[in-house]
Amino acid sequence: MNLLKLSWKNLAHKPLNTFLSLLLFGLGVGLVIFLFLLQTQLQEKFDKNLAGIDLVIGAKGSPLQLILCSMYHVDSPTGNISLEEAGPFMRPGHPLIERAIPLSLGDNYKGYRVVGTTHAFVDLYQAAIGMGRLWEAPMEVTLGSNIATELGLKVGDSFQSAHGLVNDETLEHSGSDAFHVVGILKPSGSVVDQLVLTPVESIWEVHEGHHKEDAHEEDVAEPKREITSLLVQFKARNYQTLNLAREINKNTNLQAASPAIELNRVYNRLGVGMDALQALAYVIVGVSALSIFISLFSSLRERRYELALMRVMGASQLKLFSLIVLEGILLASLGFLLGFVFSHGSMHLLAGFMQESYQYRFTGFNLLPMEGYVLLGALLTGFAAALLPAIQASRTDISRTLATS
Amino acid sequence: MVKGEVYAYLSYLRAMLSVEKLQHSYKSGASIGFPDFSCEKGAHWLLLGQSGKGKTTLLHLLGGLLTIQKGKVRVGDTCLNDLKRAEMDRFRGQHIGIIFQRSHFVRSLTVGENLALAQSLAGLPADWDRIQLLLDQLNVGHKARSKPDALSQGEQQRVAIARAIINRPTVILADEPTSALDDENTDEVIRLLEEEARSVGATLLIVTHDNRLKARFPKQIQL
Repeated sequence: MNLLKLSWKNLAHKPLNTFLSLLLFGLGVGLVIFLFLLQTQLQEKFDKNLAGIDLVIGAKGSPLQLILCSMYHVDSPTGNISLEEAGPFMRPGHPLIERAIPLSLGDNYKGYRVVGTTHAFVDLYQAAIGMGRLWEAPMEVTLGSNIATELGLKVGDSFQSAHGLVNDETLEHSGSDAFHVVGILKPSGSVVDQLVLTPVESIWEVHEGHHKEDAHEEDVAEPKREITSLLVQFKARNYQTLNLAREINKNTNLQAASPAIELNRVYNRLGVGMDALQALAYVIVGVSALSIFISLFSSLRERRYELALMRVMGASQLKLFSLIVLEGILLASLGFLLGFVFSHGSMHLLAGFMQESYQYRFTGFNLLPMEGYVLLGALLTGFAAALLPAIQASRTDISRTLATS
Repeated sequence: MVKGEVYAYLSYLRAMLSVEKLQHSYKSGASIGFPDFSCEKGAHWLLLGQSGKGKTTLLHLLGGLLTIQKGKVRVGDTCLNDLKRAEMDRFRGQHIGIIFQRSHFVRSLTVGENLALAQSLAGLPADWDRIQLLLDQLNVGHKARSKPDALSQGEQQRVAIARAIINRPTVILADEPTSALDDENTDEVIRLLEEEARSVGATLLIVTHDNRLKARFPKQIQL
């Protein structure tokens, strides 16, 4: 009958109290860990997909929307811009611009976005070809690694895309040509993993086909050559590049948005919410520590006699102290375990949801070094909550307690 | 005269439990003195006294539950005055078994586990065979897996006896062990108490004001 077993039996003897303390502690710890997980993974995704892009140029509208759509592929485009307007920025030898990569969005295949672009896009995200080759001609596609595994597509397969950015089979381009898979990229951990890459021309072709089909309604004389946005990398960042963005916004029909500025804005907004949730989490941990303290303290009153009895049976004061401390720490460890399962479980659920709605991969199964500190903090909290009751227990006046039974 | 003193000294040497010039002052300022006595190995004694005569105080002093202020208490070869607090706890666990008026237990543990706890707190390994044997001897073997709260007063007192003797103590102290029991249970509990004390060769000292016990114990100390 060692102390650990005894303290466990004591906790199990009061299942309701123990359950309440555990639940509170688990909720608090769970929320703390969950927020860490979410924050880390969001930041990871954001940073990985930043890919050295200095500026995104697209149609006027919300700059954040433009960034989210062009870089993270979560929001819808702000509109399209004509190739003519975009042309000057793509001209080789531009004094400020190292490279500008066109993106043409608007189609999806089973929820995965089809992106019309150039090979420079693959370089930008440092993705490498895993099987087959990069696209060369219109209607050839190279798939991100997740799509290939999720949808079981191989080099040589073909499929028809659908209009819009979400999975809706009624919008399939049934009349137009099919895409042919010519290659599959290696996993890169960036957004490229969830994209279907093809030449810009493919998108035009698909939509021209679409237009031909509805020829009686629309004038098909001259299909507009449009793209959604440009991802721009500067040669160097200086006041001239800052001016360039300002000029574009002021004097053209285009919009230039800086990912750094917009992301900062997102972080700041998320930050407030995160801080509030984090504060709430610590409040819950605090309250649960208080509940452990109270339940230990009140149990001491009932257990006064049995503590004295343990002294009679040969337990030292240190032993009684250890027993109560152990009860606190045991509660905290179990609470931590509950919170751990709780947070990673919810993260896993959220990951499923994120995958479905945004084709973004999150995971509930990663461990952060931070969680070690949370465990340490949890144990310290348990110790602190048990400290006073433990001192009280070790000071039990055996003679008086036994005499006044 | 000299001979008498020599005899007294010899019996003092053979004594398992002895008290010398013991005095205790309460926090209220009241002070109480106890007569000298010594109980030889294996003897069964009755310590009688009306309420307020300090019976419980004496028992707590003998059991090392109270700090000895004046005088000496010896258990076997050990003078309790010499022990530090943690040493006293250990010594008590191994050499002194105490039975109280109302038996209390660690409520989260079963009867058997309570006895195992008594063994491990005394620094001894848990001996489940002995626990079961002892409970069987005391006719509560079938309650080994019950929680103490589920036992009757008489059953609880028998388990308390088992707990007091489980570690084969040198001395068993019983504080009013029968005051909460009816005549039938009293006879049974005292019989078992004597039997078990004899089986481990312990010196038994029963503190009581229960007149039912007087006839059974020729050796008596009056406070």
